[in-house]
Amino acid sequence: MTFDWNWNTAWDVLPILLAAFLQVTLVVTVVSTAIAAVLGLIIAMLRRSVPKPVDAVLKFAVDFIRMTPIVVQLLLVFYTFTNLDAITCGIIVFGIHYSTYMAEVYRAGIDAVPAGQWEATTALSMPKGRTWSAVIIPQALRATVPALGNYAISMFKDTPFLIIIGLVELVQAGLVYGGNTFRYTEALTLVGIIFLAASYPTSLLIGRLEKRLAFSY
Amino acid sequence: MTENFDELAAAWPRILDGIWITLGLTGGGAALAMIVAVTLGLMARQPNVLVRGTARTIIEFFRGTSLVVQIMWLFYVLPLLGVDLDAMVVGILALGLNYGAYSAEVVRGSINSVQSGQWEASTALSMSSFHRMRRIIFPQAWALMIPSLTNLLIHLLKGSAIVSFIAIQDLTFHVDQLRLDTSTWFAYGLVGLGIYFIIAYILTLVMNTLEVRAKHRLGRGESLREMLSLKPPRTTAGTGEPA
Amino acid sequence: MPSATDNTPAIRFENVEKRFGDNVVLKDLNFSVAKGDRVTLIGPSGSGKTTILRLVMTLEELSDGYIFVDGDPLTYEKRDGKRVALKEKHRNEIRKRIGMVFQQFNLFPNMTVIENIIEAPVHVLGMSKADAKEKARGLLKQVGLADKADQHPLELSGGQQQRVAIARALAMDPDILLLDEVTSALDPEIVGEVLGVLRKIAETTDITMLIVTHEMQFAKDVSNRVLMFDGGRIVEEDTPEVIFSNPKHERTKKFLHAIV
Repeated sequence: MTFDWNWNTAWDVLPILLAAFLQVTLVVTVVSTAIAAVLGLIIAMLRRSVPKPVDAVLKFAVDFIRMTPIVVQLLLVFYTFTNLDAITCGIIVFGIHYSTYMAEVYRAGIDAVPAGQWEATTALSMPKGRTWSAVIIPQALRATVPALGNYAISMFKDTPFLIIIGLVELVQAGLVYGGNTFRYTEALTLVGIIFLAASYPTSLLIGRLEKRLAFSY
Repeated sequence: MTENFDELAAAWPRILDGIWITLGLTGGGAALAMIVAVTLGLMARQPNVLVRGTARTIIEFFRGTSLVVQIMWLFYVLPLLGVDLDAMVVGILALGLNYGAYSAEVVRGSINSVQSGQWEASTALSMSSFHRMRRIIFPQAWALMIPSLTNLLIHLLKGSAIVSFIAIQDLTFHVDQLRLDTSTWFAYGLVGLGIYFIIAYILTLVMNTLEVRAKHRLGRGESLREMLSLKPPRTTAGTGEPA
Repeated sequence: MPSATDNTPAIRFENVEKRFGDNVVLKDLNFSVAKGDRVTLIGPSGSGKTTILRLVMTLEELSDGYIFVDGDPLTYEKRDGKRVALKEKHRNEIRKRIGMVFQQFNLFPNMTVIENIIEAPVHVLGMSKADAKEKARGLLKQVGLADKADQHPLELSGGQQQRVAIARALAMDPDILLLDEVTSALDPEIVGEVLGVLRKIAETTDITMLIVTHEMQFAKDVSNRVLMFDGGRIVEEDTPEVIFSNPKHERTKKFLHAIV
């Protein structure tokens, strides 16, 4: 009934966990966030530029991806593209899944740019590309940074879903160790602590960033 | 192609069982999450440092450690401490605590967003703080929190797909079984994602209905009956179509 | 119960101070309002008038000093020479004698008009629902809104909402009514309907009123005393006749000149 904690076990498993954290969890989080950030912006811009019926199709696709489980999406991609290794598959699925969330963030950011800005670029006969790159995106992006950061944290906490396609990420590394040694307590508790230690300070940082960005307007 | 559907027809009773398990996890998790959310959300706005600190710690703990870690911890470590729970209970507990912590922030934020005039008017009428929360503030905060709670409910549904990790035979489990006899895209894409999408869509509709009702109670927007009727919508003076 | 022979003031401020951070809004303020008095507070914005009403309603915490309502300490009392905060339970008992009407109406949007009015009488005073409803209908009639009982507040115009708010405050049978710029959020053409209702209440009841308003004609008609505030202090106090036609203080003259 007591909380049976062995420090030797803890020191034994910690390097294994940290290795899985750095080699898989962190890699997927960082690369997928980058993909989601870029792809999300492309989706948001497309949705503003294409004719209504095309936008309706896009919206359905975005909703479909966003409202269905990553776990099943991972299975679908992993078993369909059998030449992809698990980590590449994970990066692609997480990147696409979260791009649908980020597209919404960008859309809100773009909508928040005052109509007068668009009118001014028209009045100055600025070309479309220049309007986006020099006027709209810089203004829209500022407000979206904290939201993107928060989605990066959510993605980080979703990475254990990768277990379903056989990747040994942080949680699976703990489970493997626990299965071999029957010491689940130390392994899984440390896994939780690593998650908390990585995500909590980051979310505090984003909270501060959010306040600073809000003030400087 | 037709073999796929034949296999689906054969597997359908099992898939239906899986759907019920998934719905049970989602419903049970959401109910627990709501209780957790209201309790922690209200505690987190108490002036007492101890009460507030406890709530904040619990909220940050469950938000900061991943859902999968929590479910694994409850499944593998809790029995070592002498607490042996049914897998289904573990699933509901993990989903409810995790999403309850997220929802607590929504509850707290929405309560704080109710206009200060409403708090002051209740005080001026000598209402007790419990009465004020129950009759005046919470009903108004409820309308504000529904959109965010809808998002979290969909997250919860999607998150429930990991329970096959702890040997619960939910929808994802049975879809995975179906794949052995059908093509990959059919099992995962059409059946798996399709059914999850339909469930998510229905849940969204239900929540939107709740939102319309809540807003109508506050005198904003049409009632559900008005929305569903074929009569032309109510117009407000001065906003008519130009002649 | 207030009576003509009872000399205890309805409200008494004793050495009241109110700070918001470093900003001193009220400084060493002493004044009292007799029972049945109608006192209007005038002065430039930021002079502390609204803060006085909010202190009486316990919506703000006193920084120093004491407020007495019918002789009873409201939020703080002297005990063995020390200033002691009174418990929420005590404050709530005293609060029941005070009603307030707000600039922004603050009706509860989740309740109909009549539910707004009976909520506190039923759940705070313990009145029966039937009695409260009957009383509410009487009050609605008094404010000219008998036909609006079952509507939602947001379906009403600003002037109508404010009249409901007045009825809601009166339903608690307050000894004291605080009116905080009750017409400031209204369009000019409907200010009159709200002031008309208040005039009638002033004529037909003996409720003590503490009024903050920019409507000088209303202040002249309703009040028997006017306090001119500036910088958190009373600069001049007199009958409305004197204040409005023959003010003695330079600051009062300037203020009245600026707003007319």
